Formats: sequence, C-alpha cells, structure tokens
Amino acid sequence: MVPLNYYLILSGILFAIGTSGVFLRRNLITVMLSIEIMLNAVNLTFVAVGRYLGTVDGQIITFFVMTVAAAEAAVGLALVIALFRHRETLSPDAFTALKW
Amino acid sequence: MGWLPPAPVVAHLGLIFVIFNMLVLSAAFMVWLERKVCAYIQDRVGPNRVGFEGVLQPFADVIKLMFKEQLRPKAADTLLFAIAPVISAAAAFAAFAVVPFGTETTLFGLLDEPIPLQITDVNVAVLVIFAITSMGVYGIVLAGWSSNSKYSLLGGLRSSAQMISYELAYGLALAAVIMLAGSLSLREIVMNQAGTWWGFIPKWYLFLQPAGFLIYMIAGVAETNRAPFDFPEAEQELVAGYHTEYSSMSFALFFLAEYVNMVTVSAVATSLYLGGWLGPFLPDWLAWVWFLVKVFLLLFFYVWMRWTLPRYRYDQLMEFGWKWLLPAAVINLLATAALVLWLE
Amino acid sequence: MEVIAFYIFALLAIVTSLLVVGQRNPMHSVMLLIASFGALAGLYVLLDAPFTAVTQIIIYAGAIMVLFLFVVMLLNLPREEPAPPAIAGRARPAGLKIAAVLSLLLAAELVWALSRIGLGWFAQDPAAASVSSVTRIGSRLFAQDGYAFAFEATSILILVAMIGAVVLARKEH
Repeated sequence: MVPLNYYLILSGILFAIGTSGVFLRRNLITVMLSIEIMLNAVNLTFVAVGRYLGTVDGQIITFFVMTVAAAEAAVGLALVIALFRHRETLSPDAFTALKW
Repeated sequence: MGWLPPAPVVAHLGLIFVIFNMLVLSAAFMVWLERKVCAYIQDRVGPNRVGFEGVLQPFADVIKLMFKEQLRPKAADTLLFAIAPVISAAAAFAAFAVVPFGTETTLFGLLDEPIPLQITDVNVAVLVIFAITSMGVYGIVLAGWSSNSKYSLLGGLRSSAQMISYELAYGLALAAVIMLAGSLSLREIVMNQAGTWWGFIPKWYLFLQPAGFLIYMIAGVAETNRAPFDFPEAEQELVAGYHTEYSSMSFALFFLAEYVNMVTVSAVATSLYLGGWLGPFLPDWLAWVWFLVKVFLLLFFYVWMRWTLPRYRYDQLMEFGWKWLLPAAVINLLATAALVLWLE
Repeated sequence: MEVIAFYIFALLAIVTSLLVVGQRNPMHSVMLLIASFGALAGLYVLLDAPFTAVTQIIIYAGAIMVLFLFVVMLLNLPREEPAPPAIAGRARPAGLKIAAVLSLLLAAELVWALSRIGLGWFAQDPAAASVSSVTRIGSRLFAQDGYAFAFEATSILILVAMIGAVVLARKEH
C-alpha cells in the first residue's frame, strides 16, 4: 500500500514541471500542454485525497476539471489558430500589440 | 511440478495466448472470406490455389509481405512513423481484453475454481472499450502526419475527423444499453439478456434497442473505416490514404488492425445486443460456439455491405454523422431513459 | 506489488512530463503528454477510481489531445522556431526565468514538507474501494444537495466554449 504522501509529492513535482513549462517555453502550444500537466497534477491530488477520505467527491471534482479543461482547450486552440493567422508565429513574445 | 506458477495463473496466461492467436487467425480468415465473398458477388472464383479453396492465401500474403523491403520516406518523422502501426494494432487487440465469450469453466475439472472465458472482467468494461477505440485514432493520425506525404496527411485527417464524429453516436448507443442493463460490465450485460419472452423470443437488447443497434452498427462501420465509409483509403482520390507510404510488415500491421477492429466491433455488438454466448440447444461448456456464430454472421454482414454499397462522398458522410446519426442517437437515449424510468 | 506499480507509473508520468516541456517538437510533446495521461490513469486505477481512469483516457487522451494534434498538424509547426526578427534583439524578460526557478523551489519545498509530516496511509475502508463506485459517483453527482447544479452549469460552459471556438477560429471574410 502506498501512503498518501507519495501521491501528493508526485502531484507537486508534476505541477512544478507544468509551471516551469509555462514560464520557459516560447510556443503557445507547448504552454497550453504545460497547463494541462498542471491540471492533471491537481486532479491526482483530488483523487488521492478523495480516496484517503473515503468519498467520491474527489473524483467528481476531477470530472469537472476535465470538462473545464476540454472547454479551455477548445477556446485556447481557437485563439492560437486566430493568432497564427495574424502573425505567422506562435511565440508569446511576438504578441505585444497591447504592450507599450 | 513445483516450479510452475499456480494453476489459475497458468490457465489465465493460456487464455490470453489463445485469444491473441484466435484474433490473428480470425483476421487471416476474414481476409480470405472477404476475397472469396467479393469474388462471388462479382461472379468470379476468387483465390483457389493455395490450400483448399484458397484458405491458405492470407498466410501466403503474409509471407510475401515479410520478404518485402521496409521503406521509409526520407522526410518522415522516424520515431512516429515507426510507432504509428504499433499503436493501431495494439489498440485493436487491447479492446478485446474485456469481451466475454463464454460461461465459466473449470477446463474439465483441471482447476479447482472455475475461471470465466474472458481475459479480465473490469466493472467499467464498456467504457474501457470506448476508451481504447478512441486511442485507435492516434495510429491513423500519426501515420498520416509522420509520412510527410500529401495523400497520407489527407487520409489521416479525414479518418480522424470521421472517427471523432462517429464516436459520439457510438458512445450514445452504448449509453442506452448501459441504462437498460444497469451495469458497465459486459459479462453482467450478457447475463441480463438470459431468458425469453413468451417462450420463443430471446431477451436480447436487439429487440429493446432496435434503433440503438442500427446506430451502433453504422457508427461501428465508420469507426473501423470500412466501406461505405472507407474514406481514409478512398483509392481514387487518396491512393491508399494514411498507409500510402507503408510497406512490408508495418503495412501488414495496419491491415491486421483493420480486421481485428472489425472482429472487436462485432464481438462487442454480439455482447451488447445479441446476447453474447447465450443460445439454445448447446450445453454450457460449448456456449462459446454461439458467440462465434453470432460474431461470424456480423462479420459476414460487414463484408457483404462493403461489396454491395458504393462509397459516400465525404461531405455527405459528415452531414449524415452530425445531422442524422447523432440526433437519432440522442433521441434513442432519451426514449430509453424514459422507458427505464417508466418501468421502475 | 502495488508499490512497484506506483513507482513505475510515477516515474513514467514524471519523465514524460519533463520531456513534454523539455523537447522542441510540438508533435512529440503531444504524444508524450498522452503517455503521461496514460500513466496518471494507471495511478487512478491504483487509487480504486477506475471510472476516473477511464474518463481520463476518453476525455483527455481521446478528445482534448486529438484537438491539439489537429492544430499542430494544420498549422504544420515542425518545431519551435527561434524568436521572430521583430523581437530577436530584445532579451526575454529575466522575470520568467526567475519564476521558473521559483516553481521548482516550490516543488522542492512541497516534497520536503510532505515527506516530513506523518500524514498517513489510506483507510482500508471497503466502501471506499467499492465495486460500484460508478453508481456512487452517479448518485452523488446528480443529488439535489450534491453537484446537480454544477453539472447543469457545466453544460452551459461547454455550449459557450463551443460557440466561442467556432467564432474565434472562423476565417474572416
């Protein structure tokens, strides 16, 4: 049997990987993938703690996170396509029109 | 004999071995059946040289393929090009792991505890099948993309769009059956179909879900990319679609995946709608014969349809999927929900 | 046995996630992330949450990632390009790098803290590992005092996202 701590540690590591990906990468697609990693790290925490407390609420929250992630991915990718049409690049540093 | 693992483990490994090889053999048999039926439909004789009536033709084909050169386009993405056929074939085989095909058996008293004729009975089996089916898309998309060829890319794009569109109707058809059965385990769904109405009509979900069965079969044909929905490989437009650039055994893997997928879709349809291994006359330990008969009939239906119907146009396919099949599946689901509530 | 499975899945999840962030081909990143989701699904199975494991595969790996794959394919970005000429001279803000270091520090701190507290073992509650967890999830999800309202609100969210995606990605004429 694996203690709860291990799952939480794993989740923390994954979350940090995702966060550094968001900060370090210069490609909007990879940035969005990093956000998905972060969401998954959080899901893992919910399911692990839900199992620890003996309720299904953790799994239900995970279910909602997945739904929201799907909506986020759809809108986010639509934005990425629209941006790419305008600038022919996906580097977040290139979109500075509102930054003076 | 002390060095052997316990008998149930051995029996289970043996079962996995047998099922895997049965799937490969059934794919070979399907290739032969397809060529033979096609030939008779077109008033020809078909393969008749290798073995009795050409039954060994698929094995000759495989040996030929093995000796062919493995080609790879220069601009292809090496890694993804190599794993695409593996994903395709693995997904096709994996889905069969949860399909039950017979009652429990002790192998004529060899085992103390009876084991079910099924690799594993998970309590979310129907969803597992759905999940693995949705993984199969990746093999095709990756094959299309990594080949770096326009025909492959178009074939891959078309097929993934088609599979995603029809997956919805497929899933909703499954949901209706789940509601009726009140279980996600295929074994329990089959057991729920035992017995008859008025002594002669079997309690198959086919009779409670005629529309659902139709939707499932149409979506299943689209999922396996078979005629009349075989756009990924519409020869006249796309050469061979996503596997244009594949040769030798990696092509054989795609070919194998297509036929194993057909067998899986038919086996799941049998379990969900046709009562699985249940049938009259045969003793319990021979029940799997009924399963094979039903799967065979569905497979024959597949082949028959392929050589009878012309291919759809791509926009017609999408329109049919989204504007007709999906609403029909939703209505079927709502009607089933109402029925279940009313019966309670 | 379970511990070995945990280590295998955890290692797989960490390595694939690192590679998602660490290498430059978006197509490979997407495929590696799918592998990472698979590893997480394995962990959910270990946590007696088979339903969540399967939805993880169906929704994340089967639907969301296909969207990503489509966009990468359609935009045809083989790999991350160098900074465009307009901003090539400018250095990337140093704040970002500091932030990345901070996030790694956060992870280290979490690992340190969590490995010290004695927050323990899973309850051996037979109900928690119940076979009919799908039934339990369903009745909790649709209960009046449960998540029924959130569930309905989510459907509106999805509708809005769908319309938004169509409007945003449409070609302007």
